[in-house]
Amino acid sequence: MRAILTVVGHDTVGILSKVSAMCAEHNVNIIEVSQSILQDMFCMIMLADVSQCTIPFTAFADKAQALGEEMNLSVHAMHEDIFNSMHRV
Amino acid sequence: MINTQDILETINMIRAENLDIRTITMGISLLSCADSDIHMSCDKIYEKICRQAEHLVQTGENIEKEYGIPIIHKRISVTPISMLVAASGGDPVLYAKTLERAAQTVGVNFIGGYSALVQKGFAAGDEALIQSIPEALAETEHICSSVNIGSTKAGINMDAVATMGQIVRKAAEITADKGCIGPAKLVVFCNAPEDNPFMAGAFHGAGEADCVINVGVSGPGVVRAALEKIPDGNITDVADTVKKTAFKITRVGQLVAKEAAKRLGVPFGIVDLSLAPTPAVGDSVAHILEEMGLEQCGAHGTTACLALLNDAVKKGGVMASSHVGGLSGAFIPVSEDAGMIAAAENGTLSIEKLEAMTAVCSVGLDMIIIPGDTSAEVISGIIADEAAIGMINSKTTAVRVIPAIGKNIGDTLNFGGLLGYGPVMKLNTASPAKFIHRGGRIPAPIQSLKN
Repeated sequence: MRAILTVVGHDTVGILSKVSAMCAEHNVNIIEVSQSILQDMFCMIMLADVSQCTIPFTAFADKAQALGEEMNLSVHAMHEDIFNSMHRV
Repeated sequence: MINTQDILETINMIRAENLDIRTITMGISLLSCADSDIHMSCDKIYEKICRQAEHLVQTGENIEKEYGIPIIHKRISVTPISMLVAASGGDPVLYAKTLERAAQTVGVNFIGGYSALVQKGFAAGDEALIQSIPEALAETEHICSSVNIGSTKAGINMDAVATMGQIVRKAAEITADKGCIGPAKLVVFCNAPEDNPFMAGAFHGAGEADCVINVGVSGPGVVRAALEKIPDGNITDVADTVKKTAFKITRVGQLVAKEAAKRLGVPFGIVDLSLAPTPAVGDSVAHILEEMGLEQCGAHGTTACLALLNDAVKKGGVMASSHVGGLSGAFIPVSEDAGMIAAAENGTLSIEKLEAMTAVCSVGLDMIIIPGDTSAEVISGIIADEAAIGMINSKTTAVRVIPAIGKNIGDTLNFGGLLGYGPVMKLNTASPAKFIHRGGRIPAPIQSLKN
C-alpha cells in the first residue's frame, strides 16, 4: 500500500529531515518528494510505500499528526487511493 | 504522482470545508429471525445484529484514519419491525428495547427500521407497531421509526395519515420533558426508498439482500466553497461547478463504501448522493443557495436554485458511483442547517415555501418545529399535502415535524448535537379535520397526461 504524506505550514529548518526520520524509523520507504511554496506556505508532498511499515498504518498516521503538532505544521498521512479516486476517472 | 494542487484541494475539502462521509449504514435483514414466540424472535434479532455488525464501528474508524476522511456515523437499518410483529404478535416495544440493547452492544448511534409500510392498507402487525411508536421512541435512545403511508403505485392511505397525525403529537407529548425528542426520530414517508442509509427514515426493505453496506455522502460546505470561486459565472457555470464537485465528493463515498464492504465481507449496496447539512458553520445547504445569489434562503427564486442544485448533484454523482440509491438529493432539514435556521428565525423562510422546495428535492418537510398546540388533524393535513407531492411527482417525500409542547411561535427548541435547534414556525391553523376523518384512500394517480 502507498500513502501520501502532506506537510503544510510556515517554513522552518529541518522539516524534511524530521519527516523522513519518522519514515525511516518505521521502515516507510519514500518514493517521491515534491515541495513548493504556495500562497506563502511551505508545502511538501511525499509518496511513500508503507507496505513494510513496522506499525499499523493507523498508528503511523497518528504519529504523523503528532509530529505536525510538535512542529506547528499540518502533517497528514493518508492512503493514496483517496486522491486517486477523487482526481482520476 | 498526483499533482500538488489536486492533493491540496482534497486536504482542503476535508479540513476546511467539512467534507465527510455522513454515514456507513449496514442493512440487515431480520426476516430469518421471525418466530411465533416474541421472546425467541427478540433473542434471534439481538444475536444476528451483534454478529453481523460486530466489527462495523471499528472498521469505520479504521477506514476513517487510513484515508483521512471523517466518517461521522456508523449505523444499522433493519427489516421493518411490523413484519416481525406480524409473525410473533405481542408488545412491539419489546422489539424496540431489543434493538436498543443491540445498538449499545455494537456501538452504533442509531438503528432504523421500527417501521411499517401501510401505503395500501394495514396488514397484521402494522397497527400494533404504529400505536406503539410514541412509547418505543420515549423508552429508547438509539431507535428510529418510519411509516410509509403512500406511494405513486398505491395512492395514499388516508386512514394511516389520520393516525400518524395523532402519533406524531403523542410522541411529542410523552417526550415533552426531554425536549420533545420523540418525533425527531420519526418520519412519515410517501414512496419510501428501501435502501436509504440516512436516519431517521432508514429501513432495510424486504427486496434487499441479507446484509449490505450503504453509504451516505455529504459535503454542502465543499459545494458552497466551489461556487464562491466563481462569483461572476453564469448559471450554466454554476450547474457545471456543482456537478464536478458532486463527482469528487461521490468518488470518496464510493471508495469508502467498497472498502467497508470488502473489509466486512458483505456486498456493497448503494451510495446515496445527498448533500446532508449539519448545524456547523460552513456545512449548510441554505448557504449554497445564497451563494448562487439569493439574499437569503426562502426568497423567491429559492425553488429554482434548489432544483438546479439537486439535479446537478445527481448528474455529477451518478457517474462517480457504480450503484446509486437511497434518497439521493439535497436535504433541507430546518433545525440541522445553520442557514435554514437563520432564515426561519427572521421569517424569510416559511413552511409554505419549504413545501414548494420539497417538490424539487429530497426529502420533504424535515426537522420543522411547529407550535405545541397544533392539532393532530393539522399535522395529518401537512402529511397528506406532502405525500400528494411525492405521489404525483413519483418521488420520495416525507414529513418530520416536531410539535414543541408548551412552546409557541418565536420560541426556540434545542435538541443538541446534529439534530440542532430551531424556532417554532408559524402554521396555517384552519382545520382540515373533516377531510382527515373521512378515511379511505386517495387512488393511485394516472401516469400519463402529465401536466
